[in-house]
Amino acid sequence: MKLHEYQSKRIFAQYGVPIPRGEVATTPAEARDIAVRLGTRVVVKAQVLVGGRGKAGGVVLANTPDEAEQAADRILKTPLKGLPVRKVLVDEAVDIQNEVYLGLTLDRARRRVVMMASSAGGVDIEDVARETPEKIMRAEIDPFLGLRDYQARTLAFGIGLQRGLVCSFTSIAQALYQAYISSDASLAEINPLVVTEDDELLAVDGKMLIDDNALFRHPDLAELRDPEDETPEEREARLHGLSYVKLDGEIGCLVNGAGLAMATMDLTKLYGSSPANFLDIGGGAQADKVTAALRIILSDPHVKAVLVNIFGGITRCDEVARGILEAINSLGGISVPMVVRLVGTNEEQGRQILADAHVITAGSLPEAAQKAVAAAHGEVLA
Amino acid sequence: MSILVNKETRLLVQGITGREGRFHTQQMIEYGTNIVAGVTPGRGGEWVEGVPVFDMVQEAVGATGANTSIVYVPARFALDAILEAADAGIQLIVCITEGIPVLDMVRVKAYLDQRGTRLIGPNCPGLITPGEAKVGIMPGRIHTPGSVGVVSRSGTLTYEVVYALTERGLGQSTAVGVGGDPVIGTDFIDVLRLFEEDPSTEQVVLIGEIGGTDEERAAKFIAEYMSKPVTAFIAGQTAPPGKRMGHAGAIISGGTGTAAEKIQALEAAGVRVARHPVEVAEIVASRG
Repeated sequence: MKLHEYQSKRIFAQYGVPIPRGEVATTPAEARDIAVRLGTRVVVKAQVLVGGRGKAGGVVLANTPDEAEQAADRILKTPLKGLPVRKVLVDEAVDIQNEVYLGLTLDRARRRVVMMASSAGGVDIEDVARETPEKIMRAEIDPFLGLRDYQARTLAFGIGLQRGLVCSFTSIAQALYQAYISSDASLAEINPLVVTEDDELLAVDGKMLIDDNALFRHPDLAELRDPEDETPEEREARLHGLSYVKLDGEIGCLVNGAGLAMATMDLTKLYGSSPANFLDIGGGAQADKVTAALRIILSDPHVKAVLVNIFGGITRCDEVARGILEAINSLGGISVPMVVRLVGTNEEQGRQILADAHVITAGSLPEAAQKAVAAAHGEVLA
Repeated sequence: MSILVNKETRLLVQGITGREGRFHTQQMIEYGTNIVAGVTPGRGGEWVEGVPVFDMVQEAVGATGANTSIVYVPARFALDAILEAADAGIQLIVCITEGIPVLDMVRVKAYLDQRGTRLIGPNCPGLITPGEAKVGIMPGRIHTPGSVGVVSRSGTLTYEVVYALTERGLGQSTAVGVGGDPVIGTDFIDVLRLFEEDPSTEQVVLIGEIGGTDEERAAKFIAEYMSKPVTAFIAGQTAPPGKRMGHAGAIISGGTGTAAEKIQALEAAGVRVARHPVEVAEIVASRG
């Protein structure tokens, strides 16, 4: 789950990371009031869950409260990279001497949390990793010992931070690590961490990702989920316990298991079409879940054919067939061809249930995918 | 011969009184797996499918000599269950549970490595040595004994490949699902090494997917250490970056973890990469 900049920075601040004074506004008038209260030049920043906000015009410097109001008005009216902007963060502007990067993430290959620092602050760390990887310093963290002060100091010296700031860098690194661990984050990033004209370190921008699997023990964080971060279909899928990702192809895919779902998508491409979605109904799905899945798939107007691929183990083919039938009946029939391939537990019963449902059947996965592509391209199949 | 599980396996089921645990206990017994004990705290003294239930793993191990454990407990209790099994001296722990927080797994992995305990999973279908022992949730009847070793990050996709192998008369030595999470106990390289050393395994099938760099690291290992032919399939060529494809670990992030990179790395290591699951069996047959 992604957190907004203002949410991430508030969490960082709770653990002792210094952040600029600032507040969130939902209207231009509120932005003006905040600028008045701060009594300084301010930065008005769009709060949307995409990167590159600065370049897209979502971050504006305002010298006066009037300018802050105008900037907020413009930002709140203009969708940013296709996303509506509901909130702006109004932060006091700071005079910047130097910018660095400080972040924590999981190193999957090493099975460890790793802290990264770079002298190239303010730019996307992935670009730095690609273009100038030597500018990134890393420290692997032992899960039982935690981040050691010497590791943070090594990073500070490694990125050439002035000596007078090494102590405060170390305490910021420790605070960020505590925020990361205590929030079950999968990413916590300060970019940039700036050196102000007054020789102080300040986290000017922040980003956090929270491990969805850990939200059960962080009800406070779960509440921060931004509904705009998922489409209505993705939200409905999540509430039904389905795993769904909308794509831009024409073949709707309904599959049990994530790996098999991806393989099924790939086959539609191999045979000359493309998938409209990823959808995993999970293991042991009952009919109602299958019905919900099919309704979500069919709500996409770009879908020209549906491909159902079930390899029954714990999932029973008759349950899936019942779900398909219920969906067809509740929708009063469907307008696109459907190819169904059922193998495994109770496959015979499943096929019987669908015998009169006007669906196209297939024996193997390649055959099913070929038939779905042909049907999507207008061929009439028995 | 086989790897990891066989007729000598004495299995303990953690979470045996839950819906999943009970159902799969019955399925595994039906397959012929030697299940010697179950554990559910507070339910000691009961019986499930003829298997005695204990309150604690240590007690179960002491009474029955269990040497392998399978974990079906819910995600929020799974960390504790794995550690309890490790501390009771279980050498092989198979964790089926999906949805374990990744930082829990970082700690578990570090702890088990220190102890020398092997973990398969989490978020995996388990493993099976056809005709000997099924320690997992896969449908047993699609497997048949033979000489193809299978290792995979996926569940049903593995069944699809195994089904295609069996249909062509290509039996399996052992099929191992290592799991779809970002941090897992046993990875491709660990299993490839075991297959390379196992005299009954003649060929290996590796089934990967987008996310992380385990396939790339496996490719390097194959090039350097494997003498047995390896055939692979990688799922997720049509997956977009930045979106998690079901499995917590199946996500292309920061430009790494794409299917194209993995296929390239594997092919460069001499691995033949199939275009779809059924083709895996065709390639394996052609190399037999």
